[in-house]
Amino acid sequence: MNSELVLNIPNDLHAVEDVVDYVVARCPSCEEDARKLNLNFRVGLTEALSNAILYGNGRDPAKTVRLEVAIRDSRITVQVTDQGNGFDPERVPDPTCPVNRRKIGGRGLFLMRELMDEVRFNDRGNSVTLVLRLSSGERVGGGAQA
Amino acid sequence: MAFHLRKDGDVTVVDVDGQLIVGNRQELKQAVLEELDGGARKFLIDFSNTGYIDSSGLGVLVSLSKKIREQGGELRLASLNEDLRTLFELTKLDTLFRIGADREEALQGF
Repeated sequence: MNSELVLNIPNDLHAVEDVVDYVVARCPSCEEDARKLNLNFRVGLTEALSNAILYGNGRDPAKTVRLEVAIRDSRITVQVTDQGNGFDPERVPDPTCPVNRRKIGGRGLFLMRELMDEVRFNDRGNSVTLVLRLSSGERVGGGAQA
Repeated sequence: MAFHLRKDGDVTVVDVDGQLIVGNRQELKQAVLEELDGGARKFLIDFSNTGYIDSSGLGVLVSLSKKIREQGGELRLASLNEDLRTLFELTKLDTLFRIGADREEALQGF
């Protein structure tokens, strides 16, 4: 990934909001894309970072999360990589099924897929790439092409 | 995030200012559970001034609703903006909560 911004983030949940603010502030901003940036992108990136900190790195304060950001051709691409062993995203159950709806967790990956235009994992499952297309028409909850 | 608790009759009203996300969800949970332990049973969380909620924030709301229900109480929500309502609809959590368009509507019949 040919990145314009690379951050190594401490494995601390309290860092997530500031990191998301920092990245959003560097994204192209226009009224048409405001909702996609402030809802889709913020929530999608928050989910990727918190999954990496909580599950990928297992809350281990000695580990870090690598964030790479590329913005070009009306596409924001972010890659979030943790230092864990990875997981199989296809084995995550659908949180909207009635049997899962009252569960406390399990909505992060679902929201990423619903809110971002593309969601891709590497083979190991410890790195996720999210793509948001800007100025492509307002479409919230359109679903990813993962 | 900052949140403010106050009483409206026997209802504990919680205003959430800013984001309700993974980094601060425990603060909200702890404050509500302290009120629950203190005898409060009716809770209304008002999102008039809330930016966005992530899956951890949604999970805390589910958890609190369950704990309050176990004590014979109820958690209602109010004032979801269009973005927040989208999140509740996508996750189908809008089917689990009584959600008022505004605080007054949520308080009706509480």
